[in-house]
Amino acid sequence: MKEFILAAEDVNKTFQGFKAISNLNFYMDKGELRTVIGPNGAGKTTFLDLITGRSKPDTGSIKFEEKTELTDLNEYQIYRLGVGRKFQTPTVYVDHTVFENLVLSLEGSRGVFNALFARVTPAQRDRIHEILKTINLANKADVKAGTLAHGQKQWLEIGMLLAQNAKLLLVDEPAAGMTDEETVRTGELLLSLAGKHSIIVIEHDMLFVRQIATKVTVLHQGAVLCEGTVDDVQNNEKVIEVYLGRSKARA
Amino acid sequence: MTKRETSLGALVAFVVIVVAPLLNALPPEESFFHLSNFSLNLYGKFLTFGVLAISVDLLWGYTGLLSLGQSLFFALGGYAFGMHLMLLIGKLGQYHSDLPDFMVFLGYPKLPPHWVPFKHFWFALGAVALVPGLLALVFGFLAFRSRIKGVYFSILTQALTYGACLLFYRNDFTFGGNNGLTDYKFLLGHDLRSAATQRALYISSALLLLGVYLFSRWLTTTKFGKVQRAIRDSENRVLFSGYAAANFKLFVFVVCAMIAGLGGALYVPQVGIINPSEMEPVKSLEAVVWVAVGGRGTLVGPIIGAVIVNAFKNYANRAFPDYWLMLEGLLFIFSVLFMPKGIVGLPAQIRAALSRPKREEEPAKPAAPAPAPVEAEAESV
Repeated sequence: MKEFILAAEDVNKTFQGFKAISNLNFYMDKGELRTVIGPNGAGKTTFLDLITGRSKPDTGSIKFEEKTELTDLNEYQIYRLGVGRKFQTPTVYVDHTVFENLVLSLEGSRGVFNALFARVTPAQRDRIHEILKTINLANKADVKAGTLAHGQKQWLEIGMLLAQNAKLLLVDEPAAGMTDEETVRTGELLLSLAGKHSIIVIEHDMLFVRQIATKVTVLHQGAVLCEGTVDDVQNNEKVIEVYLGRSKARA
Repeated sequence: MTKRETSLGALVAFVVIVVAPLLNALPPEESFFHLSNFSLNLYGKFLTFGVLAISVDLLWGYTGLLSLGQSLFFALGGYAFGMHLMLLIGKLGQYHSDLPDFMVFLGYPKLPPHWVPFKHFWFALGAVALVPGLLALVFGFLAFRSRIKGVYFSILTQALTYGACLLFYRNDFTFGGNNGLTDYKFLLGHDLRSAATQRALYISSALLLLGVYLFSRWLTTTKFGKVQRAIRDSENRVLFSGYAAANFKLFVFVVCAMIAGLGGALYVPQVGIINPSEMEPVKSLEAVVWVAVGGRGTLVGPIIGAVIVNAFKNYANRAFPDYWLMLEGLLFIFSVLFMPKGIVGLPAQIRAALSRPKREEEPAKPAAPAPAPVEAEAESV
């Protein structure tokens, strides 16, 4: 049996009376590419916040690789375990060049004194150029990241996760603001990473979900509504009700 | 940095470090080329302000930490060195006692224990950097661990300097109360008031400024510098890239406190006094104004800002003493509104304005008042 890369059990999180996550149970195998969908306010991003240490759950446990309790750790400790995150709105260092963005993301020491004397080694340089090719930004290496187009920033941030060589990638709405062609390329990129890395993708674009998804988890009101293949999920009565129910009723 | 900028910088450094002291030492006093003792002393003071300004900018412009208490560290460095100078007065004080005058006056039976090691020059020199560094370490550790950021950090640093200021005003705090430490006579066996000693202090200030500048330039080009600016632009991303942002902030905060302390140590023998007014929040605010006027996020900007604003202050304090604070406030608002990159960013700003001829009015005007201080700077160099 495969090891769980991530196991969340009975997780609850309340924001000023609003139950963002409610008795959530979520298991994911190592090497899996999982897509999480759900209507607005279903708790998708909150769930990522809880995994990455940005906020702490009120109750429950989130275990990484079946041994490390993530809820006891802070953001950078969790990162160092090998959990990388791409934010919903692309978050890159706007005043740094694309190359420098990747330098800062490369795996390796994160210490203050190391940073004082670290040099970019030829091996690291090669690795960065490799990533730049993968994310289609090879000719933008020395451009300030702030000047990139929205879609390119998204890619740069994915590239930063690649540089980190994370075990678990959390990718929040990677296709947002991308053209159709870019979306397809992003999907291909994520598919090529699955297996080597475990990936959770949060997405709204069902076309994109269909492209990449093997297993889909539907979140609703902070809990898992159902799990299965894209077709299973799209034909599931409950899902149709949650997504379309109200509009159907109105129609 | 381009080759031309480097050679220009080297030229300026040469003029400041070598030519200016020579103009003070060699030509006879009535000569046109003679630089008076008073002027050289004044410029020496400005150079120590330049050191302080760089420390403000390394925090504010490069790390996004607006410290409104940087003068505290400057003053602490000054006090540490002032203590040494006090103990060198010997029996030449008003009361002809081995104790500093204020201690006799306040009835101290003997030197307080923490004053004793300041008899040694090297101890005082170490304390100049280490005392501010230690305070910054403790304060920074607590602040950054609690993730105090932005305006809250600024307010806390201001409160810190104000608190320290009140403490130093107290006579029983053993640092001379509101009179502070003054009436120094000697330094390393030299008469402090002689032109040669003051010249040496001026040169030391210039060398310190050069050293701090080169150090900062090195620091900002390392990976540390990249992380620093990354924290400024997106602290969240830094945390989610595995960096303990707090440690980086703490390191730079301590380094900047030490830099400010060194500047303060050279400031004190040149002005001849240190008292708690140097810790008043307004002093730290002034340093922020220098940086804003000169150009935040650059290393030359703070130096230019410190020299120009102080040259202007020096002139304004004589010409219209009642209005200096208002002028300074205007200068700050003006810089923030119309020169976001300060004097250093002005050429680029003018070029951009000229290449965009449609809106001729708004960028052209802000450029106008700048030339006056620029001349002042030329004079100081």
